[in-house]
Amino acid sequence: MSAGIDLQNVSCDFGSFRAVDNANVSIKPGEFFSFLGPSGCGKTTILRMISGFIEPTQGTICIGGKDMKGQRPNQRPTALIFQNLALFPLMPIWENISFGLEVRGVDKATRRAKAQALLEMVDLPGAADKMISQLSGGQKQRVAIARALAVEPAVMLLDEPLSALDLKLRQHMRAELRAIQKRTEVTFIYITHDQGEALAMSDRVGVMSQGRIQQVADPREIYNNPVNGFVASFVGENNIFAGSVSNPSGGMAGFDTALGPFRARLGELAKGNSIKLYVRPEHTILSETAAAENSIPVTVSEVSFEGAFIAVHAQTTTGQIIVAEVRNDGSATVPEIGATRFAHFNAAHASILPDSTVVA
Amino acid sequence: MGDMIRRYGPGLTLLVCLLTAFWLVMLVIVPNITLLESSFRPYLPVVDIGGPKDLYTAANYMKVFNGAIEVSPFGFSFQIPVHVLTFSLTIFYSVVVTLICFALAYPLAYFMAKILSPRSLPTMFLLLFVPLWVSEVLRAFAWWIILALKGPLSWILIQLHLIDHEVRWIVGYNGVMIGLVYTYVLFMIFPVYNAISSLDSNQIEAAEDLGAPWWRIHWRIVLPHAKPGIASGAVMVFMLSAGSLLVPSILGSTTSQWFTQTVQQWMLDALDWNTAAAYAFLLLVMCTLFVSLVMKIFRVKLSDIAN
Repeated sequence: MSAGIDLQNVSCDFGSFRAVDNANVSIKPGEFFSFLGPSGCGKTTILRMISGFIEPTQGTICIGGKDMKGQRPNQRPTALIFQNLALFPLMPIWENISFGLEVRGVDKATRRAKAQALLEMVDLPGAADKMISQLSGGQKQRVAIARALAVEPAVMLLDEPLSALDLKLRQHMRAELRAIQKRTEVTFIYITHDQGEALAMSDRVGVMSQGRIQQVADPREIYNNPVNGFVASFVGENNIFAGSVSNPSGGMAGFDTALGPFRARLGELAKGNSIKLYVRPEHTILSETAAAENSIPVTVSEVSFEGAFIAVHAQTTTGQIIVAEVRNDGSATVPEIGATRFAHFNAAHASILPDSTVVA
Repeated sequence: MGDMIRRYGPGLTLLVCLLTAFWLVMLVIVPNITLLESSFRPYLPVVDIGGPKDLYTAANYMKVFNGAIEVSPFGFSFQIPVHVLTFSLTIFYSVVVTLICFALAYPLAYFMAKILSPRSLPTMFLLLFVPLWVSEVLRAFAWWIILALKGPLSWILIQLHLIDHEVRWIVGYNGVMIGLVYTYVLFMIFPVYNAISSLDSNQIEAAEDLGAPWWRIHWRIVLPHAKPGIASGAVMVFMLSAGSLLVPSILGSTTSQWFTQTVQQWMLDALDWNTAAAYAFLLLVMCTLFVSLVMKIFRVKLSDIAN
């Protein structure tokens, strides 16, 4: 039922603007795959190329091993969930859901039964005869999912469908989407600019920037081992230090900065001179005494309470502000503003990476 | 009202209200009431006006049923009063004009709203409006020339070997319909264009993504959405066509008669303004009833059209 998708050297130009540049990615059947990136990075263009609304300028797109060149959206085994859902406001809900079946010439009784079954699956029994305008945001979401599932697509394409929902509902729908995907075993391709969404739901994530896929990996790998500064900064927060590499050996290297020498893991792509050191705030520890290595004397300048953690902003001797996160579980004391401390981090938790995007 | 006074001050508000009231009362209500009143009075010599013979009567309206003639459409012959026939043909051909306008306007409106790039849109609007720079009379005469027996249309078709001798195009209601479609098609294009451009393009894409072929997308998504626009366009084209006098007068043939021409003949040839008024009212009332009926059948509400 579900199908894999292969993008081979796919590029897409709009006039002189290259929206997608040489994308290569292989998505497995039944996988929950997210394209993550800021707006304008080309992720929606990729989605529209897969669904058939845009033809790639170069390269091939295969769905289930079949080249999709020249196939219109209504000929492809994909179902797209639009950002604004694009439900049909003039049809009752059951007709919305069964529209794809109506197109395929299924008789009315069967369509209605199928719509009922799908409504139960998305937890909306009894909504069949309501109109779209009578539903709340989350319910519309479910109808859109049901409408897409009704045509039994091999691939579901989702274009930021949760962006219009409030935080609580969004978190609930994340779990729901994931559950539906597991149940139906359909390949899901999910487009989002929300890193939390991508990390929480996906089997694998493709991080995009400026039309290029920067890194494809599972969420842990993306967060813990970003390949470059863009991925590191887009997915989570960082304290960033400029400097230069010295004595690389065995995957580790020294890193000389204005704040003194550090030691950190050396990223594979960290070559040339535009490289920086990235440390996550949750790996940055504040203590009263200096540590053996990677230790920076700082003055606490701001303390902001975030709920689950407390973000402590501290100024170094060069004026750079670095952020350390203290868990709000009473295990660590929160320093006063103006207190002097040492910020330090474990070399295994710091990465030396090319500072921006890969332009290979 | 309070909001208007606060915003524009009492002077300007009063002026706007007075002008609106003047327009409504003096230019719409009073003339129509005068017409309605005179339609119920007999046509009398001046000396008898206001005299004992000047009584209210519906006789003027009854004249519609005078003078039966025999017609035999499709070999089925029956007697029908000549003015009732004229009226029926006027309604029938106005409906045909409305349908032709819709058939022309819908694809063009869809093209303008969803396919044409917004940069080309002003050019398109200009092209559509250019004919309006010339007066309606001249445009009707232009068509009269184009459609003439030895006119340009016949000539071009002969040159293209599509016909082998000149054709008399203005026969029966042909000329009237061509002229009316040409004159009123814009009144269909713009409401339909407005309605279609308010349709979210994602809905069209969603339908296509779900496998719908183009005709089903139009039938299930675009047409239902455009229904209020189509209805208001249809009402305008129909009412304007049925009430048109100029086009049927210029582009009519010897066998065409429009109900407005009958009204005009009562008024100018028979000089019987009372009967003319009665006929004019009949046309207004019957057309309104017809439009209401059609709107009921297609389940269009007046409030939909107003939007």
